[in-house]
Amino acid sequence: MEEAELVEYFRAQIREDPDVASAVAAIRSLLEFLKRDQSETILGLRENMTKAIHRLEETDSSVAVSSGGELFLRFISLTSLEHPDLSQCKNVMIERGELFLKKISLSRGKVGKLCHTFIKDGAKILTHSSSRVVLKVLENAAADNKRFTVYVTESQPDSAGKRMAQKLGKLNIPVTVVLDAVVGYIMEKVDLVIVGAEGVVESGGVINKIGTYQMAVCSKAHNKPFYVVAESFKFVRLYPLNQQDVPDRFKYKADILKTVKDLNQEHPMIDYTPPSLITLLFTDLGVLTPSAVSDELIKLYL
Amino acid sequence: MADSDGRQVDSINHSTEEDVKLQEVVQAKCEGKELTKEEKQRLRKEKKQHKKNKKDDRGPPEKEKEKEKASVLAPSKPATQSPAHKAAPVPVNASASESPVAAEKPAKSKAEQRAERRARQDTERASKQGKKEGGQQSASSKPKATPNELQPVKRLPEHIQVDDPAALKKLAKKLERQQVPLRSDYGYKVSLFSHLHQYSRKNPPTQQISIPATVIHPSIVRLGLQYSQGIIAGSNARSVALLHAFKQVIQDYSTPPNEELSRDLVNKLSPYISFLSQCRPLSASMGNAIKHIKKEISNIPSQCKEEEAKRRLQECIDSYINEKIILASEAISKYAIEKISDGDVILVYGCSSLVNHILCEAFEKQRKFRVIVVDSRPRLEGREALRRLVKKGIRCTYVLISALSYILPEVSKVFLGAHALLANGYVMSRVGTSQIALVAKAYNVPVLVCCETYKFCERVQTDSFVSNELDDPDDLIVTRNGKTHLENWQTVKSLGLLNLVYDVTPPDFVDLVITDLGMIPCTSVPVVLRVKNVDQ
Repeated sequence: MEEAELVEYFRAQIREDPDVASAVAAIRSLLEFLKRDQSETILGLRENMTKAIHRLEETDSSVAVSSGGELFLRFISLTSLEHPDLSQCKNVMIERGELFLKKISLSRGKVGKLCHTFIKDGAKILTHSSSRVVLKVLENAAADNKRFTVYVTESQPDSAGKRMAQKLGKLNIPVTVVLDAVVGYIMEKVDLVIVGAEGVVESGGVINKIGTYQMAVCSKAHNKPFYVVAESFKFVRLYPLNQQDVPDRFKYKADILKTVKDLNQEHPMIDYTPPSLITLLFTDLGVLTPSAVSDELIKLYL
Repeated sequence: MADSDGRQVDSINHSTEEDVKLQEVVQAKCEGKELTKEEKQRLRKEKKQHKKNKKDDRGPPEKEKEKEKASVLAPSKPATQSPAHKAAPVPVNASASESPVAAEKPAKSKAEQRAERRARQDTERASKQGKKEGGQQSASSKPKATPNELQPVKRLPEHIQVDDPAALKKLAKKLERQQVPLRSDYGYKVSLFSHLHQYSRKNPPTQQISIPATVIHPSIVRLGLQYSQGIIAGSNARSVALLHAFKQVIQDYSTPPNEELSRDLVNKLSPYISFLSQCRPLSASMGNAIKHIKKEISNIPSQCKEEEAKRRLQECIDSYINEKIILASEAISKYAIEKISDGDVILVYGCSSLVNHILCEAFEKQRKFRVIVVDSRPRLEGREALRRLVKKGIRCTYVLISALSYILPEVSKVFLGAHALLANGYVMSRVGTSQIALVAKAYNVPVLVCCETYKFCERVQTDSFVSNELDDPDDLIVTRNGKTHLENWQTVKSLGLLNLVYDVTPPDFVDLVITDLGMIPCTSVPVVLRVKNVDQ
């Protein structure tokens, strides 16, 4: 399978199912790549897979694609591949790949089930930009006949918040779109803040759409709980110390990285929220405190 | 053999039965968990074989000394065990063994110890052969055993119990038995730290050792002197020097007849370790290294020939140094260099071999950064770090710790070394480190601690008081402009000089810990310890 085909397959996945997480789409494409791969040796296969992951990262520069790809690779090669026959090895890998895919497709549902109990009746929730996981959580809470109102920030520069408001409106949840600058003003009114994540880093902090860090700082100042909902395939082996330390390849969109020379003129798309500002993380592995994330990462990666 | 003596065997049996149990218990308490009953028996056997000829010289005076010892030991035992002991042998004892004449003997002499052990050996042999006493012996030994098992005694390490006279006495006895000189404390100790030792560099413990020292290997004596005079300082340096000295010891070691290398060598190491901890309290890294060596020694199979075993141990020590120290520092540099970007201003404190290595590597990899070295009295270790960095060509600034808040606004990162990482995530390091971390936090400067995994220890500590080290107070005396201040500090009764060596930094002030396993947050230290234990 050529790289161009891979990218096309990936884009097709996202077009067909806009609700799917980009990491899941990436993993589906990688699985397809694995099935069609022609290499003769295990090492060659791994090299091709790594190249494929890099290619996908270039297409969609979000952290989740990078983390999902690496976890996929680790998961399928965990079986140490003792079979002497290459095709048998490949079959085992494909089987494990399918298993992995099935597991992570269910993870959003698991997170939703865990989190919606934290939303009490009459709650006012603040959320940032458009996150499908947060949508799922709110969906579950609404299905549970809870009454709550939601404030969504507009989240410039791509106005993703308005899309979120539309989706929430369809679920008959009272929603208000607010400006990004209103976060400080509105924090005294809300009861809790729930945001999604593009990536969860080793320190227990999260990388998310720009404006999340601001929201976290405000909620800490007002002593409001700040919850993050994320699936486990978003755990990534980064350890940023501050905003500058986040690698450039995640901060900007993929096409901007390729075309623009001076990144200082560009608007970063993500920021880093340190673990001290986060109350709890809801993942399909359970409800974790930020310091437990490192524990889980060590289990996943070591 | 007791019968062939032709002496009053029965009375010895009865009188020393209690001694047997008393001494076994005291032995167990003094020597800690290191010796099992078999090893103790072997010790006794060995001593008995050596001194069998001299037995005839000792006469009745020995018996009386043993009886007196029994009464001396009785009060020093904990109350829980003595009733059990006293109750059990009572039906068996015919003659009164507990003579009310409790002549206070200050400490056991070697001759008395040998005699005790020989007599114990006799009684054990007699009790095994004599069926009549067999049942009663086991009955009496059982109540002795159960109190030990039911109440696992929680022992504080002796080096933080200096103000407890009972603990001191036990230590003195233990050192006497191992023939290690006891070092006395020096000068007035500040009351908050009176539970710690405070030694003077002018009285090294090596002065009290006779030449040639029979019990302590000369390379260990040299090492102890180097530690106590501060010639070898720094966690890694001390561990490596210790391991090299142990290699020498193993090289010169020869198994005595009827002994197994795996058991005897461990016993031989105990007095060395006591001696070294008298010279300077052991660091966490040294403790882990010693544990590892002891485990390797006891894992040597008994059918292994001596040369083969020695070679294996040498290899094992070499690989420990290579893996845990040298390769670990390579791995840590690799991770740390990712965190150093061009234009950085890096603050370091004191002289950490690991941090210096990282900075030198980063400089070789063409990173553009400058370094601020912070130093503090009285050790002024920062000067050594400054020397090494400037030699490489790195741009450095040198300040004392009092100028810290002045210089921190310029700093982009702080790199600190560690002496040990505790199980609750606290970082134990040179005194002044927690101050740097605190001020850096206030200025929102990221603090990175670099530490190899062999320095992780299972201890938990939340403050710097409970377990620390007091250095020589005379170090604080300074001569300036011809005047020596504080020269006569001992004459002023209310004046105490405090020269702390370590302090403890809470994990909230540390942003990142770089270890050879990767970059982890400070709170994940117990996870690493758990993973390490699983691996072993």
